[in-house]
Amino acid sequence: MLRRLHSFAGLALALMLVAIAATGVGLSLKPAIDRLAAPAIAPGVSVAALTEAVAARHQRVDAIRVRGDGAVTVSFNDGAGKKVERVDPRTGAGLGAYQPSETFRWLADAHRSLLMGDAGRIAVALTALGLLVMSLTGTVLLARSLGGAGALLRPVRGAAARRWHGELGRLALAGLFLSSLTGAFLSAATFDLVPFAENSAPVVTASGGPAAPVGGLAGLAAVDVVDLERLTFPARNDATDVFTLRSSLGEALVDPSTGGVLSFAPTSTMDRIDRLAVALHTGRSSWPYALILGLSTAAAPVLGITGFLMWRRRRVAPRVRTHAVIDDADTTILVGSEGGSTWGFAQTLSRALTEEGHRVSLAAMNDIENAHLRAQRLVILAATYGDGDAPASARRFLDRLGNMERRIPVAVLGFGDRSFPNFCGYAQKIVAALDAQGWPRLIAPKRIDRRSAQEFAQWGRDLGAALGCTLALEHVAERPKTSAFELVGRETYGVAVGAPVAILRFAANALPRFEAGDLVGILAPGGDMPRFYSLASSQRDGVLEICVRLQPGGLCSTWLHGLNKGDNIEAFIRENPTFRPVEGRSPLILIGAGSGIAPLAGFIRANVAKRPVHLYFGGRLPSSDFLYEHELAERLAQRRLTTLRTAFSRNPFDAAYVQDRVAADAHRLRDLIRSEAQILVCGGREMARAVAETVETVVRPLGLDLATLKSNRRYLEDVY
Amino acid sequence: MKLALPLLAATAAFVAPTIAEARQVTFETTLKAYGGNGAYVALYLLDGAGKYKGTLWMAGDKTKFYRHLSDWTRASGGRLAEVDGITGASVGSGKTLKITVDIADALIDAGYKVHVDTSVEDGADNPSEVVAPLVASASGKPVAGDGYVKSFKATF
Repeated sequence: MLRRLHSFAGLALALMLVAIAATGVGLSLKPAIDRLAAPAIAPGVSVAALTEAVAARHQRVDAIRVRGDGAVTVSFNDGAGKKVERVDPRTGAGLGAYQPSETFRWLADAHRSLLMGDAGRIAVALTALGLLVMSLTGTVLLARSLGGAGALLRPVRGAAARRWHGELGRLALAGLFLSSLTGAFLSAATFDLVPFAENSAPVVTASGGPAAPVGGLAGLAAVDVVDLERLTFPARNDATDVFTLRSSLGEALVDPSTGGVLSFAPTSTMDRIDRLAVALHTGRSSWPYALILGLSTAAAPVLGITGFLMWRRRRVAPRVRTHAVIDDADTTILVGSEGGSTWGFAQTLSRALTEEGHRVSLAAMNDIENAHLRAQRLVILAATYGDGDAPASARRFLDRLGNMERRIPVAVLGFGDRSFPNFCGYAQKIVAALDAQGWPRLIAPKRIDRRSAQEFAQWGRDLGAALGCTLALEHVAERPKTSAFELVGRETYGVAVGAPVAILRFAANALPRFEAGDLVGILAPGGDMPRFYSLASSQRDGVLEICVRLQPGGLCSTWLHGLNKGDNIEAFIRENPTFRPVEGRSPLILIGAGSGIAPLAGFIRANVAKRPVHLYFGGRLPSSDFLYEHELAERLAQRRLTTLRTAFSRNPFDAAYVQDRVAADAHRLRDLIRSEAQILVCGGREMARAVAETVETVVRPLGLDLATLKSNRRYLEDVY
Repeated sequence: MKLALPLLAATAAFVAPTIAEARQVTFETTLKAYGGNGAYVALYLLDGAGKYKGTLWMAGDKTKFYRHLSDWTRASGGRLAEVDGITGASVGSGKTLKITVDIADALIDAGYKVHVDTSVEDGADNPSEVVAPLVASASGKPVAGDGYVKSFKATF
C-alpha cells in the first residue's frame, strides 16, 4: 500500500515537479548573488542613527525597510515623485536606486504560481504536499528495503535506476523534506489556512508635540539595525501620527516628539514560525544552505525519472498460463515474487514438469487456497524483499497458511542475494513456519544466489530424483540482447598442471559500458544457458578481458578455449555492483585463486589513484599457472599494486594455499583492517570457504567477525 | 481592468435607500509601468475630519499583504469585513483599475475625500498616494499619485 501510494503520488507529481524544481534551483542561487551585492548587516548601528543619516539627505522619508534579500532601502520623496533607494546600513549613505532583479522576480512568480495565478498556486501547494508524502514514504521504503531503520546508511544495491534512486534520494532527503514542508506551510499561509501571523501594536495617538530630531528618539535608539524590518515614518500632516517600528522583537509605536514607546506588541509564536518557514524555504539568511537546498531540489527530477523506471519495471507483470485446472493438478507451484523474475523460474519449472507428464497449477503465494492442496505436492518458489521480508506476491501468505485444511509434501526454493546479511530470509521464514505446522518435506529447502541458472538446474535434478523423473531445468532469464565480440588476444596457462586457464581478450566496434568485476554472459553455440565470467577489464581499457578455466565436459569453456583470433562470440554485460571496491583511499585486500584473479587484476589495473592494494594469489605451479605474472610485476613498479603474496599448491619447495598466506600475515592484515581495509575474495567455492574461515580467525582478536564485515560490505565475495 | 459593480456589491454606506438619491460614479486608477508583481490597491473614503467612512474597492486577494496598505489599515482597523464582496485581483503594472459605484448624493460635494493606497511586493508601500476630494466639479479630471499611480480620476 505504502509503495503504491509512493508510486502514484510520484507519477502525478513528476511533471509539476520538474517545473517547480527547475525554478527552485534557479532561486537557490539568489541568496549567494544577493550576498555578493549586499554584505551582511553588522551589529552596532542603532535605527535612530541610521534614520538620522537618511533623513538628513531627504526632504521627506516614508519608510526604511530591510528587505528579504538583505538590502536596506529607503522610500523617499524629494519633490520629484516617490523613489526607493538602497542605503549603506552602517552610514545611511545612498547607494542608488533599488532595483530588484526582474529574472528572479519572474522565477519566484513561476515557482509560486506557475504564472497561472491562484490555480497555479493551488497546483504548487498540492505538489509540495505530494513531495512531502514522497519524501516520508520514500524514507520508510528505503529503510525497509535496506533492512530496517538502522540500515538507512547502508549502500543501496540493485540495478542502476534503483541505486540512483536510493542513493540520490538519501542525499536529497533532508533538503526535499524541508522544502516541501515549508513550501506547503507557506502555501497554506497564502490561502489563510493558518492563523494570521503578525500582530500589530495597539493603535495610539502621539503626544502632538513638535517633532524632535530623529537621532535622539529613545524608542529608535534602542533597536539595532540588525533587528530592523521596517520603520514607517509618521504622516507629515498629522501631528498625532507615530513612527511604526517593526523589528524581529515585535512592533513598537514611537512618539516622534518624545521618543517614547507608546505601545508595543511582541512577535507572536505564529509569526516566528512563519519567519522560520520563510527562512528555511528561501535560504535567504544563509547562502550555503540555499545552495544545498538547490542541489537537493535538482535531484527531484532525477528521482522522478529513476522512480518511473523502477515502477515500469515492476509493472511488466508476468503473464501466467495456468497449465492445468486446479482440481486436476498433481503439483501446485506457488510463487512469491517481487520484480517478476521468480515467475520466470516458476514457468521454466512448470514447463519441465508438464513435459514429464505432470499436471501443474501455478499461483501467487498470496492466492493459496484449499483447492491447491488437493494436489500431491506443493512447490514454493520465494524471493525475499529487503531484510527477510515477504515479496509483493507473498505478503498475505503466512497469515493464510495456518488456515489450510491439508498438509501435503512441500519443497521450498528461496531466491536471494548472498551478499545480503539475511540471505533468502523470507524463504527461511516459510520453511520455519511449514516445519512448525508439521508439513512433510518433499526435498530439503535450497537457496539460489542471484538467479543462478546453474543452481536452479541442480535443484531441478534433486526434485526430479524425488519425483522419479529427470527434470532438466534450462532456465534462461528473459534471454538478454547480446552483441558480437571478436577475439583479439589469448594467453593460455596451466596446461602443464592439467588445469588450463585462458586469458581471452575481445574487441567490438562499440564496447558497452562495464567495469572490472562486472559479469559477461556468453552463449555458446547450441547452448541455451549463458555462462557468466568476471571481467578483468573495464570499458576504458578498450577490450573485454576474461579468464576461462577449462571445465572438463563444459560446453562453453571448451568452446571458448578452442577459439582462434578473429572468431566472434555472442555476449552481454551484466552489472555486478555488489562486487566492487568501496570508493576512497582505504586499503584493499584482494584474495583470489586461479581464474578468480580476473576481476582483482582489473581492480588493480584501474587503481590509477595508487590507493594501497594488497593481493593474495593462489595457483598450482609458478612456472605454469601464474596468471598475470608480468602485468602484476609492472603494476607493482607503478605502485598500483602495493604488495603481492603468492601461494602455489604444487610448488616443490614451498607448497601452500592462498589461505595459508593469509594466516601467516594475520598481524599485518589486522593492521590493515583496523585502518578500514576492505577484503574482496574471488574464486571457487572451496577456496572461498577456506579463506573465509581463515579471515574469521584473523579478525577475531579485533572483536570482529565475518558476519559484521560482510554486513558492512567490508568482506565481499564473488564465488563460482 | 474594467469592473462594473452590481449595486449590492457596494457597502451600505454609499447606497442611498432608492436609486434616485444615488449617482453612479466611475473611478479609474491607472498605474505606471513600474514592472513588477501586481499592485495591491485600496480605494476608500474619509470624511472632512479624516474619519473613515468605508472602502470602495480592494484590489488584491491575499489578506496577509493588506497590512502594507498602511493608511487603509489604520483608518479601517484592517477588518476584513470592510472589504467583503468588494475584492478583486491585484492590478498589473501599467494597467487600469476601473470600478463603478453607486454613491449617495449626500456624500458628494460634502467634504469627503477618496484615498488610494498602493503596495507592490519587493517594491514600495504608498499610503494615501492619491487624496482626491469627492466633488462633482472634479469629474473626469485626472490627478497623479506620488507612487505607482500614474493617474486617478472620478467620473460622475
